[in-house]
Amino acid sequence: MRIVVCIKQVPDAKDVRLDPVTNTLSREGVKSVINPYDRHAMEEGVRLKEQYGGTVTVISMGPPQAKAILSEAISCGVDDAFLVSDRAFAGSDTLATTYTLAQAIKKSGAVDLVLCGKQATDGDTAQVGPGLAARLDMPYVTCVKKINAIKDQVMRVERMMDDGYDEVEIELPALLTVVKEINVPRFPSLRGLRKAKTFDIPSYSAADIDADPAQLGLGGSPTWVVKVFPPECKGERSMIEGSLEEIADKLAGILSDSAYGA
Amino acid sequence: MLLIDTEACIGCGLCEDNCPFEAIHVVDGKAVVNDSCTLCGTCVDHCEVAALAIERDEGEAIDLAAWSGIWVFAEYRGGKVAQVTNELLGVGTELAAQRGVKLAAVLLCGQSGDVPQQLIAAGADIVYIVEDPALADFSDDAYGNALEDLARKYKPEVILAGATAIARSFIPRVATSLITGLTADCTNLAIGDDGHLHQTRPAFGGNIMATIICPKHRPQMATVRPMVMKANTPDPARQGEIIVETIAPVRLQSRARVVRTVFTEGEQLNLSEADVVVAGGRGLDTREGFKLVEELAALLDGAVGASRAAVDSGWVGYPHQVGQTGKTVASKLYVACGISGAIQHVIGMKSSEIIVAINRDPKATIFDVADYGVVGDLFEILPRVIEKIKERRS
Ligand SMILES: Cc1cc2nc3c(=O)[nH]c(=O)nc-3n(C[C@H](O)[C@H](O)[C@H](O)COP(=O)(O)OP(=O)(O)OC[C@H]3O[C@@H](n4cnc5c(N)ncnc54)[C@H](O)[C@@H]3O)c2cc1C
Ligand SMILES: Nc1ncnc2c1ncn2[C@@H]1O[C@H](COP(=O)(O)O)[C@@H](O)[C@H]1O
Repeated sequence: MRIVVCIKQVPDAKDVRLDPVTNTLSREGVKSVINPYDRHAMEEGVRLKEQYGGTVTVISMGPPQAKAILSEAISCGVDDAFLVSDRAFAGSDTLATTYTLAQAIKKSGAVDLVLCGKQATDGDTAQVGPGLAARLDMPYVTCVKKINAIKDQVMRVERMMDDGYDEVEIELPALLTVVKEINVPRFPSLRGLRKAKTFDIPSYSAADIDADPAQLGLGGSPTWVVKVFPPECKGERSMIEGSLEEIADKLAGILSDSAYGA
Repeated sequence: MLLIDTEACIGCGLCEDNCPFEAIHVVDGKAVVNDSCTLCGTCVDHCEVAALAIERDEGEAIDLAAWSGIWVFAEYRGGKVAQVTNELLGVGTELAAQRGVKLAAVLLCGQSGDVPQQLIAAGADIVYIVEDPALADFSDDAYGNALEDLARKYKPEVILAGATAIARSFIPRVATSLITGLTADCTNLAIGDDGHLHQTRPAFGGNIMATIICPKHRPQMATVRPMVMKANTPDPARQGEIIVETIAPVRLQSRARVVRTVFTEGEQLNLSEADVVVAGGRGLDTREGFKLVEELAALLDGAVGASRAAVDSGWVGYPHQVGQTGKTVASKLYVACGISGAIQHVIGMKSSEIIVAINRDPKATIFDVADYGVVGDLFEILPRVIEKIKERRS
């Protein structure tokens, strides 16, 4: 079984803060990390390989520094990794991203299973997985929390829904997006770290993956960001002050009135 | 490409401070862009001297006029129309009025019963129904092909769906097949002066908001957060047109089949639909402390909410988490106890009508969204408030 896992480099979300004074994003010392959901996708790929045999390839589309996460992936047990990187990709929305990733995956050979994270924490769109499946003409299941079995090219998985979960049977080749509940990712192993040290991560350009320039980057993206602004505040609060007794009295009044109508 | 007008640039560094990707830096008094640039446009918006611009290839638009009408995907599962569908018909009514077009609901199901009538009562002028056993259970293939085929046939200018597990799964497939744009998880929709749909959504874990348009492709597609838009008051006497459609059987074949559905977490639904939510955060200190929140919630007939810190500490289950990665609530009353007001939490509760915050830190950002604030110690205040409410009610 050949498994491809799509991983993305994102700013470590817990470090990104809005500076309350200047209302700007303060990113001082913000690290770039593997999108947290993608760690789980990677781990699931490695586990499937260990159970059913095969290989795991991770790919990422992004700037040259994204090689760092691919290298980290190697240290966590994946077999192969490559980057797709080109200035022509800048400004890609999800439609252009799925085009680029699909071209890269097709070019890399036949695939039985593509794994993605449920969403990337920078954009939180959760659109790349399903869109990529459409590009590859593969069936897919999103928000998979468990893989129960693979038999005769049919996989049985559990999909999280808003009101519970569905058990779904899907024919391979297929694409899954995974949630954090699916597994606990492993740490890099010593062997992995050694392999990562010598592993030279190839980088492919738009031309290398036979991409149609019109479908790439900003030009290939139907959505345009026209405005970016900080979330607004209400700012007209009234503070309740006084002794503990007074505060408790007023608060009890406000809570009962709002909950039961005055 | 990001264009930098080095004549105009004053090297103030606002672009550098605001870039979410560390892609622009001031070098020798002028802005310089590097390979990390994603052309997100944040720097352009923040530049006060108009030294930055994004150059777009003004390619040909499709024939926009051929696409008309606002569509709402009507989500129907387990015998119920999703509440977000009514909310979409609410905002859809306004958008359709502004564009001078009709509002349609698209219902894909095994059996429709009186659902079309409900959708008309909630605001739809037209209901397109596809009834087929293949659509009884949700399937990405069948739902995706059906909506795609209908969209190609009728050419709506806008398709809206709830940001639910079902729609967030199959709508991206439809947008990709139609080669058009899709904006995820919107919290505001409006028709701009340019006639396009202006779609606003949080990004970077809610740290910034972005307004997005899709000017050259149709349909304009968006998924919308539940509990943000206002539903119309249902009018059972409203008249509308019901159009029954059939989809070619091959298009309803699915390569993935649901073999079992397990419904759980009834309490989860309670939270998003509750009129009163009492929520607790790390300030409650322990599982024992968190019980104060549960007690107050029970007293006010409300649901229990929590910040991620409280959920991560194991004081309460994930279904109670409010925020970016949890539920969105729009209650009449939201009481935030010992919650700092991180933007990821605030995004999930700020549309509540009355927000009361209790926090011992006067600088906590939760006070920025509160209507009433109390600076003080929860362990003193909450027990007294609980007693007082009990007194009032006896
Ligand atoms: C990608 C991403 C997604 C996230 N999604 C969510 C989400 O969906 N929901 C969410 O809630 N968070 C989310 N977070 C986490 C969020 O950033 C905050 O870390 C979290 O909301 C903090 O929870 P808290 O306010 O309970 O804890 P803290 O920030 O630790 O705040 C505790 C507050 O309690 C006050 N306090 C302490 N003791 C007392 C006392 N005795 N009396 C009165 N006040 C007291 C303190 O002054 C403080 O303000 C997300 C983060 C990321 C990066
Ligand atoms: N640039 C990228 N390179 C590789 N994988 C990506 C990229 N963008 C998105 N993905 C994959 O798609 C998933 C969903 O991303 P998103 O739709 O951006 O929220 C991620 O968890 C990744 O698995």
